[in-house]
Amino acid sequence: MPKPDTWLKVTPHGLFCVPGDFYLDPIRTVPKAIVTHGHADHARPGHEAVIATPETIEIAKMRMGINTWKNTKPLSYGRNFKLNGVDISLEPAGHVIGSAQVVLTYKGSKVVISGDYKRRQDPTCDQFKVVQCDAFITEATFALPVFRHPDDRAEIKKLLASLDRNPDRTHLVGAYALGKAQRVIALLREAEYQSPIFLHGAVNKVCELYKKFKIPLGELKSVSQTNKKDLVGQIVIAPPSATRDRWSRRFTNPLICFASGWMQIRQRARQRGVELPLIISDHADWDELTQTVVEVEAPDIWVTHGREEALIHYAETKGIKARALSMIGYEEQNE
Amino acid sequence: MKAFSELLDNLNCTPQRNGRIRLLIDYFKKEQDPNRGWAVAILTGGLELPNAKASVIRSLISARTDRKLFELSYEYVGDLAETVSLLWPNTRLSKTHFNLANVVEDLQKANRKNFHELVENTLDKIDTSERFAFLKLTMGNLRVGVSARLVKLALADYGNKTPSEIEELWFGLKPPYQDLFAWLEAKAPPPSINDKLIFRPLMLANPITKDALMDLKHQDFAAEWKWDGIRAILVSDGKECKLFSRTGDDIGQAFPDIVRITKFRGVVDGELLIVRDGVVAPFNDLQKRLGRKKPSKKLLEEYPAHFRVYDMLFHNDMDLRSESLIDRRTKLKHWVDAIASNQIDFSSQINFSNWEELSAIRDRARENGIEGLMLKQINSPYLPGRPKGPWFKWKRDPLVADCVLMYAQRGHGKRSSFYSDYTFGCWRSTIDGVDELVPVGKAYSGFTNTELVEIDRWVRAHGKERFGPVRAVEVGLVFEVAFDAVQISSRHKSGLAMRFPRIHRIRWDKPAEDADRVEGLLELV
Repeated sequence: MPKPDTWLKVTPHGLFCVPGDFYLDPIRTVPKAIVTHGHADHARPGHEAVIATPETIEIAKMRMGINTWKNTKPLSYGRNFKLNGVDISLEPAGHVIGSAQVVLTYKGSKVVISGDYKRRQDPTCDQFKVVQCDAFITEATFALPVFRHPDDRAEIKKLLASLDRNPDRTHLVGAYALGKAQRVIALLREAEYQSPIFLHGAVNKVCELYKKFKIPLGELKSVSQTNKKDLVGQIVIAPPSATRDRWSRRFTNPLICFASGWMQIRQRARQRGVELPLIISDHADWDELTQTVVEVEAPDIWVTHGREEALIHYAETKGIKARALSMIGYEEQNE
Repeated sequence: MKAFSELLDNLNCTPQRNGRIRLLIDYFKKEQDPNRGWAVAILTGGLELPNAKASVIRSLISARTDRKLFELSYEYVGDLAETVSLLWPNTRLSKTHFNLANVVEDLQKANRKNFHELVENTLDKIDTSERFAFLKLTMGNLRVGVSARLVKLALADYGNKTPSEIEELWFGLKPPYQDLFAWLEAKAPPPSINDKLIFRPLMLANPITKDALMDLKHQDFAAEWKWDGIRAILVSDGKECKLFSRTGDDIGQAFPDIVRITKFRGVVDGELLIVRDGVVAPFNDLQKRLGRKKPSKKLLEEYPAHFRVYDMLFHNDMDLRSESLIDRRTKLKHWVDAIASNQIDFSSQINFSNWEELSAIRDRARENGIEGLMLKQINSPYLPGRPKGPWFKWKRDPLVADCVLMYAQRGHGKRSSFYSDYTFGCWRSTIDGVDELVPVGKAYSGFTNTELVEIDRWVRAHGKERFGPVRAVEVGLVFEVAFDAVQISSRHKSGLAMRFPRIHRIRWDKPAEDADRVEGLLELV
């Protein structure tokens, strides 16, 4: 059985499967790629041929145009596909809708590339599946023991309580347009918030797609088609950058909220001028990461991007071999 | 405790100053004595816990977590209290309600041995947000974005008083400030402070430029040298004498040679200096005396302290602050003559007949101990705070040098996670004739927030090896550094130390090879 690092290499374009002749989440245009999920730093335009989940392909077409990838091969969770002698399957990563771990098997040697992932329940996507393997490639965005994400339902309660206390202020929630925004909406609906939720154009576009995927999000309205005074005391969801931009000046005295795992750190909230930090993350926290590197039972852990040092240290204390791939080009801040 | 930790959480997320004042006022309204008074003490740095040290917290957390993971977390978060509050395992959350006053009083009563245990037990029973508040109060030095001044403004607003009424009383008050709150709520007369040896708020000057001076009448102003020491006031009741820094810290312990002067009653304002044979020594020398609890006889002899007085606030029981500068100085001169101490002298005025003449005098002064000039309106009363108009400081133009960034360190507080502390160097030749960079100073001010983000990005892109929290960087970024003086120092590899260095400009355009040389700096000593 070949060792994983003999057939899977880090290149300037990204992770490369040598016998399969394809890249994983390449950061530059390549002939053949497998893409784990639809976020912009993982799904990039221009590839010749791409394997991804049907949802990820739909998202990419919406974001980058229907011809962004010349040939696409939709592969649903749990289905197999063979390419140049490498067995490929995709399993849920729990990060956002359609997000997948890539399971590669070559001559009996099995590697799981988890992409970005989280372990906890999310009403808008399938839950992470543990796949035992010979090498597990993990992210490390929140790989420090200070990151322990609280229950997301309690965070949503904080938002609703603030809305009660400040009925005169528009609650402007910064949330990543793909995944986080829909999760916040779904959680608000679970908490029985029935009012329409108002959306920035970029969020609206993705929500339309989620409706096609049959994810119920309740009544949604566009901010641009709503009178300013009708937004008082309402929830508006926008990409984080827009909450700090000219765009947000249309609201009178908005209360700036930000749904992100970074909000765990006070100074991060303060540096961004956030009044209501909501600790809601689509990445695994410290407990989920450490639980995962143990459960996959892989003798070899490779860490892609984030706070690699702490996770590697943890793995070593558990007797697991771990190393950093020092991959660049994946934006850790835009979670 | 819960109310206080919520206050800290809310203060953190309220960027507007008025919003923070409102939060404080709401807290004063809802919370009772003595809890709210202890909160005021914590926020203004008035709570003293002699057994509280960061080392206690460090040792507690290292018993609970992996050392390396703690260090990495601390480096990332940039605040010890916050790091520990997040890392501390949530074990047995208790239903018991912790009362802030009880917590504080228990900590004060604890001796060194059970302090450790008390902190540990408390941490086990409270949640993350309370842990943060508790650790902050235990360690002092809050950095929660609320200054003592802001708290005083909120107190003034709460009681319909002026901020200066609060400032005037402030140093005569003790936590938990029940007498203050009673007065603010109109239930009692103002707390009495006149029989106490206390700090009085100082009158401060605004900076001015030559151009702006031209619009002022020179006849209205008197000029004195601005000495490069530390501002202090000396207070005595005829039996005991106290020396306070400009922030109200009692620094008498470090200066027994000054506070032994007790044969007067009153309050005088002046500059604390090291003077040998009538010559003011560099600021570096004064630093050797600061913070020493028990200075040795040798230190006192080698670094003789001196108090150069320029104003008088009280004489006997007379409050002189409403009198004019001329009248106060006349009384002060008599006072200096009567004291007849060779450690006290009178800061004399400089004669000049127009601004040009004064400017020429200022340019000629190159002595070590002079920072520039003070200009004071001759009829100005003594107004605590920094009123606009009556007093100006006209500093000597700073010296500048082009230095190369060598190391960067992440900041704390609101700069946490940004590389904001910079060590920079200049070139010198080694014995082999090769040029090397040696550190000449360290600065963490003088740049805007936007520039901070740009420098931070540069550091991350050009980082080399790490030494704990310090990151070495490639040779490539030049800072124009402004500083007040250069002094010989054996503590630095370059053999010199800069006085008050700050980043003046970022020279993105300048090649590192063209930065200044150590030899050039040495000429400025």
